[in-house]
Amino acid sequence: MADLRAAPREYVWIARMWVRSSLAYPLSFWLLTLSSALITLLDFVGLALMFHTVSALGGFGLREVALLYGASGIGIGVADLVIGSVEQIGVHVRTGTLDSMLTRPVPLLVQICADRFAIRRLGRITQALAVFGYGAWWVDWTPSKCGVAALMVVSSCLIFFSFFVAFSCIQFWTLDSTEFANAFTYGGNTMTQYPMTIFPREVLKGLTFVVPVAFVNWYPCLYLLDRPDPFGMPPWFAVFSPVVAALTLTVAGLAWRTGVRHYTSTGS
Amino acid sequence: MLYAAVAARSFRRFSTYRTATLAGIFTNSVFGVIYSYAYLALWHQRPDAGGYDATDAVTYVWIGQALLMTVALWGGGTTDDLADRIRTGDVAIDLYRPVSMVGWYLAGDLGRATYHVLTRGVAPTVLGLLLFRIALPGTTAAAVGFVVSLVLAVVTSFAIRFLVACSAFWLLDQTGVRTLSGVLAIFLSGMTLPLVIFPEPLRSIALALPWASYLQTPADIWLGHRAGTGIVSGIAVQALWIAVLLALCQVVLGAATRKVVVQGG
Amino acid sequence: MNLIDVRDLARTFVVRKRSGTFTRLRSEVRAVRDLTFAIEAGEMVGYIGPNGAGKSTTIKMLTGILVPTSGHLRVAGLEPSRERTELARRIGVVFGQRTTLWWDLPLRDSFELLQKIYRVEQARHRRNLDEYVELLDLGDLLDTPVRQLSLGQRMRGDITAALLHDPEILYLDEPTIGLDVVSKGRLREFLRTLNAERGTTLMLTTHDLQDIEALCDRVIVIDHGTAVFDGALEELQRRGESRRTLVVDLVDEAPPICVDGAETHRVEGPRQWLSFPAGASAAPIVAAVAAAYDVADLSIQEPDIEEVIREIYAGA
Repeated sequence: MADLRAAPREYVWIARMWVRSSLAYPLSFWLLTLSSALITLLDFVGLALMFHTVSALGGFGLREVALLYGASGIGIGVADLVIGSVEQIGVHVRTGTLDSMLTRPVPLLVQICADRFAIRRLGRITQALAVFGYGAWWVDWTPSKCGVAALMVVSSCLIFFSFFVAFSCIQFWTLDSTEFANAFTYGGNTMTQYPMTIFPREVLKGLTFVVPVAFVNWYPCLYLLDRPDPFGMPPWFAVFSPVVAALTLTVAGLAWRTGVRHYTSTGS
Repeated sequence: MLYAAVAARSFRRFSTYRTATLAGIFTNSVFGVIYSYAYLALWHQRPDAGGYDATDAVTYVWIGQALLMTVALWGGGTTDDLADRIRTGDVAIDLYRPVSMVGWYLAGDLGRATYHVLTRGVAPTVLGLLLFRIALPGTTAAAVGFVVSLVLAVVTSFAIRFLVACSAFWLLDQTGVRTLSGVLAIFLSGMTLPLVIFPEPLRSIALALPWASYLQTPADIWLGHRAGTGIVSGIAVQALWIAVLLALCQVVLGAATRKVVVQGG
Repeated sequence: MNLIDVRDLARTFVVRKRSGTFTRLRSEVRAVRDLTFAIEAGEMVGYIGPNGAGKSTTIKMLTGILVPTSGHLRVAGLEPSRERTELARRIGVVFGQRTTLWWDLPLRDSFELLQKIYRVEQARHRRNLDEYVELLDLGDLLDTPVRQLSLGQRMRGDITAALLHDPEILYLDEPTIGLDVVSKGRLREFLRTLNAERGTTLMLTTHDLQDIEALCDRVIVIDHGTAVFDGALEELQRRGESRRTLVVDLVDEAPPICVDGAETHRVEGPRQWLSFPAGASAAPIVAAVAAAYDVADLSIQEPDIEEVIREIYAGA
């Protein structure tokens, strides 16, 4: 248990090394920072251009979509910043750095996630916060809505956390399957940037019960926006996100343990 | 003949990454489904946005997913090898090879693109056909024009990626420039949103830039929004940009060679 | 109590080979089998064997990276794969061909990070760092980014990094590979001092027989996954008398060279290969050859491990 308590501190120590490392090539550092700012900017410009053409998408206006977009963006942004590097498992196995990490007295997940920590990913979070703020400006806030919003943001981060870890673990079995995980992490983010009403009912069911990204923002946002559920799902789904987050975290934890066990029992 | 051999070798090399290909097809398909529904919602509201109808819009999505890897929109391909060889200094060997270096890497990249279009191009398209209503090229001219335009798209993208890789001659590390270039390519090729629904003057500017060649031009030929002389003019603009960009590649390479010769790498 | 205790250790890998487009053949490879040895605190042991003999599989099991298929394994009283993190604090590992230092940062920064993650008290860290910097002559390099260090300097940095937390055991995998003669010598000298003064147990895998000669009182030879020899170096040399090779480039082609103390076993154009006992001096043979023939160039090849092992089998 002592190990787990020290984990956040150890994470910060290692992450700080990588931030300083990245400053060794200042031009690349600034170009990457610029690119990453531009990516998030252009991503939002794409959405804004859509609303330049139409006034509503799936029955939701720009302000409402901004709330969805922001909530999902904060989640993926935080998860990507903190543990996005877990995608590199395959590379660590191939180059043998995983073995070196296994001989250090720091939990493997901490080492892998802190590896190549990139401060520039803060840009995405900042953009998402701004868009979320714009959407939130038009919400009729009540104490209970504040509570739901807080739970939503935390759950959103945790659900994307779990996706990053769980789907990256596939690489313990097949090394070059990074892109497969992207379908769920970045794909999950793209799906939840739009109101679920653009999808057919079957897709929504899949995104609720199988790959539960709808809990990232959709159900809580319906409550914040005082909208009845267009698909007739139970209203308490609005506060169910933390439970879903706990579930996905458990699955991710199991996937991680199984993956590491597989690695240490096959060495490949 | 030599270039054909280089292309064939590159084709085989990329065909060894089987799981990566499968994973990529899966991911392309997921994004294809998401964007299809998003565009359907948009065109439901404005059934003639950008001169497209809903079927055109969904077809455009799947052409985009099919070309994402083929045209190497995010970067990648043989130009990454080049950047690596510049960093390690091995590029000196390439510079003294008695064949055109641009030709050598281009041939390799065409081999790669052939593999990617046959796997990561065809598979999502078939899936799109099964799941959604997709338009196929209406005329032989459109089909032939699309293939020609696609080849030119790969060459255009290659030339830009080659220039990006050459930045490593001066910066040692191409990652910053490569990422920035990828970001611009994604937006200005029409991958984020079709260029035809951009508001003016952004629309005209984007359509005149080389990135329009990556996706918008081939897609418009496929969809029949460019027909007859429209096909010819579209291809002519692509060819013009290729001429400019490849000439630029030669100039940059000349400068780089002098740098390598003078400074010894 | 033994510091490292290995009994009937075995490790089997399942290998799937593609036999058709969709079919795969499943087969088992026994990378390590019936492996038994014990190492006491303070020993310096060479762990040698040809490529693919099971050396790295053994080291991976000893460090807890790999779970054994069967058998008994204790390192410092711990079961490595179950108590990996606990064990990590008590061992040091150096992989010769890859560095664990931060590539773009000064050496000093890597050392400071290791101090934190191994929770070494400031005073002890200072003392250790001063001592190793002194012994390994790293003083001027502490503020140099690792990428600017030579291979030998980097290896010294890596070894310091592995020792800052006072490990009881140091595993070294090919520590001298790619180093020049001076660097090799300095490194061996350091490892001897470390063992003598601190009593650190050393276990090294290497292809370089001179590493073994300079450092190890004891050698374990592994082949096909099991120990085929465990004993003193002299004993090993007696069993498989190793021979060195003198490669002679003559100005012109000639019939096989005849000199005392060496025999010619290969001729290719003007180049000839003469072998002689590793224990004997090369000087009289070189002199004899140079006196009798027009020599363009000469070189001496040291016997490699693989050859010695072949000799063991030939002698058995």
